[in-house]
Amino acid sequence: MSDFSEELIRPTTEDEQGEPCVRSGSGMCFPWLQKHIESIASGGKQEKDFAQTTSACLNFIQEALLKHQWQRAAEYMHSYLQVLEDTDSNKRQGAPEIVWRLGSEILYYHPKSSVETFNTFADRMKNIGITNYLKISLQHALYLLHHGLLEDANRILTQAETWRYGEKSSSQEVLVNLIQAYKGLLQYYSWYKKKMELSKLDKDDYAYNTASQNMLNHSWKTSINLCTLIQIPGVWDPFVKSYIEMLEFYGDQDGAREVLNNYAYDEKFPSNPNAHVYLYNFLKREKAPREKLISVLKILYQIVPSHKLMLEFHRLLRKSDKEEHHKLGLEVLFGILDFAGCTKNITAWKYLAKYLKQTLMGSHLAWVQEEWNSRKSWWPSFHFSYFWAKSNWKDDKTLACEKALVAGLLLGKGCKYFRYISKQDHQVLKKKMKQMKKSVKKYSIVNSGL
Amino acid sequence: MSCLSFAESGAESQPDVRTPKPFPIIKASHSETTSVCSGSLDGVEYSLRKEKGVMKMSVPRTLAFCYLSLLWQRETITLSDLLRFVEEEHIPYIHAFQHFPEEMKLYGRDKGIFAIESWPNYEVIFKKIIEVATFLDLPRFPDITENCYLHPNILCMKYLMEVNLPDEMHNVTCLVVKSTGIGEVDFLRFDPIAKKAKTVKYDVQAVAVIVVALKLLFLLDDNLEWSLSNIAKKYNEKNKEDKPWFDFRKWYQVMKKAIDEKKQKWEEARAKFLWKGEKPLYYSAIDRPVVYKRREMVVSLQKQFSTLVDSAPNVEKKKPSSFQFNWTEEDSERPCFHGHSLQGVLQQKGQSLTTKNSLYWLSTQKFCKSHCKHVTTYEESNFSLSYQFILNLFSFLLRIKTSFLHEEVSLIEKRLFKAKYNKTNKKSSRSRKTRKY
Repeated sequence: MSDFSEELIRPTTEDEQGEPCVRSGSGMCFPWLQKHIESIASGGKQEKDFAQTTSACLNFIQEALLKHQWQRAAEYMHSYLQVLEDTDSNKRQGAPEIVWRLGSEILYYHPKSSVETFNTFADRMKNIGITNYLKISLQHALYLLHHGLLEDANRILTQAETWRYGEKSSSQEVLVNLIQAYKGLLQYYSWYKKKMELSKLDKDDYAYNTASQNMLNHSWKTSINLCTLIQIPGVWDPFVKSYIEMLEFYGDQDGAREVLNNYAYDEKFPSNPNAHVYLYNFLKREKAPREKLISVLKILYQIVPSHKLMLEFHRLLRKSDKEEHHKLGLEVLFGILDFAGCTKNITAWKYLAKYLKQTLMGSHLAWVQEEWNSRKSWWPSFHFSYFWAKSNWKDDKTLACEKALVAGLLLGKGCKYFRYISKQDHQVLKKKMKQMKKSVKKYSIVNSGL
Repeated sequence: MSCLSFAESGAESQPDVRTPKPFPIIKASHSETTSVCSGSLDGVEYSLRKEKGVMKMSVPRTLAFCYLSLLWQRETITLSDLLRFVEEEHIPYIHAFQHFPEEMKLYGRDKGIFAIESWPNYEVIFKKIIEVATFLDLPRFPDITENCYLHPNILCMKYLMEVNLPDEMHNVTCLVVKSTGIGEVDFLRFDPIAKKAKTVKYDVQAVAVIVVALKLLFLLDDNLEWSLSNIAKKYNEKNKEDKPWFDFRKWYQVMKKAIDEKKQKWEEARAKFLWKGEKPLYYSAIDRPVVYKRREMVVSLQKQFSTLVDSAPNVEKKKPSSFQFNWTEEDSERPCFHGHSLQGVLQQKGQSLTTKNSLYWLSTQKFCKSHCKHVTTYEESNFSLSYQFILNLFSFLLRIKTSFLHEEVSLIEKRLFKAKYNKTNKKSSRSRKTRKY
């Protein structure tokens, strides 16, 4: 065996793979330094195993939630709950919110969980510390709404409304307002139901008065709850809609108008196209003058040029007396068709075809050119390619014809689309096609040699 | 290798809080009125005073003390086993105070002593062992001879069995032990009185010897071990009747799977560990109701979630065992390599056998001599994947850091290749001075 040991001590030729890390080329590493660096964030203290295992536990819960393994998530949750007793007070303060979020997710989806379990859990979590009461109450109420338990949700919201403890920060204020608003929404819902019932009753019916009085009470409560929230900048579509409906029912047009104007035009509120839609619909119901309607929709046009109300806007503009409105009308049509979602909108194309002809007949070539200049580089392949010609003709021949007319007017009779469509033979549309060819021949902007 | 007797006696070795004091206790009766107080009579002073030369007992030091008694008796249990039993809750440590009698109320300063939020770490406990032994002025420990469990030859055999390596490797490890002189009685004995008390990390050292043996046989350069496997595989296919040649690749696949499974289970069990016991510890009388209410809340929430979990067949708590892996010949699912032969990697050379592999690479080329605590460092990316796998395997088994094991491996190699190191020392003595850490 001595030979063997001699073999071992025989000098090696060179270090094969094991490059020791102290060689300067590959950089130096200090194991003790790593530990110190890691402890900087915790103020010089080493991370305890408690912190390490609870954060590993959290990772397991998150993984289980992502994979919808509710059973597994519940198992780890059982252990994770000990963070509520963390000796580190910073971590302990943030723990209830994390536990609530994870726990409520699990209880929402777990097959063995029920509304009672959720209720117990929510009630317990609400009362840990004071910062989470409102938030959890609101989420609890939404959960109950989700399950159709309106009375229970109302009860939770009422409890939360009357909660007074400690100073309210600004974020808490918003929560209180939200809670009141949801309560208002629930009351609106019961008002609405009563309205339905009332409409079935006869005016002379003895129950009518009580019913309508009842309704009035509800509406009064609703308005109190909703109006505070609506004053705060934010997006409150469902609340606003319900509120307006109620106001209109009781004939408070001024009140409704004020709310809607505020909602749409107050600069503090985030830009919300729905606000303008609500205002517009209200004014339409009121039969406001055309000028007013146009001014409202103009703003909507600037925000959402592809909105479905734009066609209505175009019609309004067309009917107007002012020339600038007519020009805008053309702009709006082109604007709508810029969007991929509207490429098959037959009304839009119909309008455009008709309006183009009208505009060109009215010698407003400059308007058309202005619109077309920015589009002539991409509209041909976007709308009028050979592929579109075939596909449009196959799906909807009327659409194809309208598009063909527009194509012909803008690109001349030599363009692919127009040529393809005009070659197609069709009994019903024969007459239309003939008209189309005539118009193109007469009015196409290409003809004027520009 | 039964340690059941120890596991039971663990509960009795509670720390005696009242260590001998040179001055009388004054504030005992007024401790409840002050805001800083403790349930024990002298908890406040105990945690404050830090006199030089006075070492205060703590829960980790208690564990170190237990190990000293085991070492004195040369019990068949290593430090890593002991720490693993603590983690597996066979030995009370985290929840030790929960077992105190009712009359012993703990609060205030006691919390700092008894509320443990980390498992005992090998390196830390190891230092404490030396500290406690030195402080207690313990005499020279009994010799550790060749038939002691803690002797490297025996420990190597144990670990070879545990990681499913062939019994024949034992010859190689014995050779390494002999060549490095780490099996000598003088080397192994723990002597706290000696000028610079040091003790041997019996388990880490044994495992390091196995790593060196593997490097000798297989080189572990991500190349040779696989070529040798191919040869072994071919031989085994042709000669199904003979004793099979050890196939490194097959062993790797089996061990990787086994270790990955174990590691996953270990991580999951750790993540689920409940640190807080039934009796909460609180700071003062004002704190008490809050802390108790919190505990109540957590317990009720836990009950809620445990009802959602399918009452799984309650896995019985396993009895403490030295072995984390068990390999038997009969199991076809998990092949056992104990009986395999190393013929494929050894060759005849005259009268004796030698390894087919004639190369070796050192884990550390130069040792650090500055004041930093480590003699070498471990940067994973500098080493072959096989080496990394082997280190990870054994580090997990012993629950130590890979750098810790790597250091021990380097130290074994330093002894083994003394001649080579002396040569390089002479050459580069100049360049050593310029290197600063």
